[in-house]
Amino acid sequence: MATAAETARKAERDDVRSRWLLLTPALVIITLAAVGPLFIMLVYSFLDKADYGGVRWAFSTEGWFSVFFERDIFDDTLSLADAHITILWRSVKLSLMTTLLTFLLGFPTAYFIATRPERSRDVWLFLITIPFWTNLLIRTFAMQEVIRNEGVINMSLLWLGVIERPIQIMYTDTAILFGMLYVYLPLMVLPLYASLEKLDFRLIEAAYDLYATRFQVLRKIILPLVKPGIIAGSILVFIPSLGAYVTPRVLGGGKNLMVGNLIELQFGQGRNWPLGAALSMTLLAIVMVALLIYARQSQSRGLRHG
Amino acid sequence: MAKGFSVRRQTGFGVIAWLCFFMLYLPILTLVLFSFNAEQSMSVWGGFSLRWYESAWANQTVQEASLRSLQIAFVAAIVATTAATMAALATTRGRAFRGEQAAYAMLNTPLIVPEIVTATALLIFFASIKVSTGYTGIGYLLAAHTAFCIPFAYLPIRARLESMDLSLETAAADLYATPWQTFRRVTLPLLWPGIIAGFMLAFVISLDDVVITELVKSGGQDTLPTYMLGQLRRVVTPEINAISTAFLMLSVVIVTLFFFLNRQRS
Repeated sequence: MATAAETARKAERDDVRSRWLLLTPALVIITLAAVGPLFIMLVYSFLDKADYGGVRWAFSTEGWFSVFFERDIFDDTLSLADAHITILWRSVKLSLMTTLLTFLLGFPTAYFIATRPERSRDVWLFLITIPFWTNLLIRTFAMQEVIRNEGVINMSLLWLGVIERPIQIMYTDTAILFGMLYVYLPLMVLPLYASLEKLDFRLIEAAYDLYATRFQVLRKIILPLVKPGIIAGSILVFIPSLGAYVTPRVLGGGKNLMVGNLIELQFGQGRNWPLGAALSMTLLAIVMVALLIYARQSQSRGLRHG
Repeated sequence: MAKGFSVRRQTGFGVIAWLCFFMLYLPILTLVLFSFNAEQSMSVWGGFSLRWYESAWANQTVQEASLRSLQIAFVAAIVATTAATMAALATTRGRAFRGEQAAYAMLNTPLIVPEIVTATALLIFFASIKVSTGYTGIGYLLAAHTAFCIPFAYLPIRARLESMDLSLETAAADLYATPWQTFRRVTLPLLWPGIIAGFMLAFVISLDDVVITELVKSGGQDTLPTYMLGQLRRVVTPEINAISTAFLMLSVVIVTLFFFLNRQRS
């Protein structure tokens, strides 16, 4: 006869087993078509490149090496791979600028929505959500229609007589910045709003009672309280900006590449798969570092309050 | 104070917010407007016309790409939602078990890894399968789409499960319902809004994908977004605006449904 304890233990084992069974389909699909291939790519980054794309199965660090360095084809001297470093730097710079600008525009917007009467708040939120769910390519294309030489901005400025010739915005870094600002803005507004909505306005009232100015209230009360939202929004904007592919391809033309385009190029015309794999891994590493910083931030916050 | 001092006001925030909304909608509205242009031009208004919608409708390539997009999104969203529902049930009921955190992290990795990284990894992996099996069908796109749709379907379903009242399930069990009966008669009916929300999210996400599709597809497997990406390299006509507008309308309808479904919940 089984004792009560044994029966309970068996029931628990069965429960855990059936839960793993329920998890299996999702885990298998993700392993096969999302996470597993990342490990294969890691292996490929250490192989030798074949002449027409693909790899030769021989160990080589050439792929990783050429992320940062290039070898002169005549005398084998080494120099920094300027092109790659320029592109990596442009990616980081534009992503940071996008994050900052989306915050500067998104914070007042989220605050504005959070301070609307309860009933109309949903409508404002809905207006933010619509562009968010609109195809990114379509939004990029829409931006192109606004900033190109015959676009809305230039035509209006010409018509007003402010400028005599169209300003060339397309195919510059500024165009990419505009585009990323436009497509990622909702990703900043939504988490900021989630934080601001929970803001206790009695604290602000108390600050005013103690003769704080509006700016002091903003800096000393509101911003510290919504810090989780700020960090979440920054991560949500920074990560996709860094890996952006469509926006720089459409708005940056062929010249102003970001790291996403550089990676794709290695698998297309560049035919250097190991380099492409190493670049991909580099991008992934930067993202992981950003996430680690985020995790540590939220952890230390938890400790302080807990 | 005379003119009602509001503790909520911050100087200039309203102006910036309006500017933001203007900035968000100006490009979209311009795009929609010129889809109705009678002229070929994308900057000079030549009167109202539906000719670009007609030419897009008659365009065989657009037809095929749209159909393929819908097919992939439908299959991927169904499979992803089913797998995600099962996973959500496994991770929200009962006591935490060893490996649960790892499983949770695994389910959400597609949200963290940049799309271009997943896309190139899949390109490498699928290329070797293509070489060894010779299969070049649409299965690769279906597998890739299903995988990145799973976390999007998982999150709303899990949220719904967590906010559900557990006492109803306990009550059913107390009344001698088998686990399957409890699931079928109590849990599932309560979970439906979450499942539908998850399905719609997955559907939109699949429909919108450009990067992974662009790198994974074989020849002649263009979806609507990758077709459009290819067209943007050439001289664009308002036909692209017409396609975009139709696409936009579809997204708006789905988002509106999703929005109301969510509102009902709270």
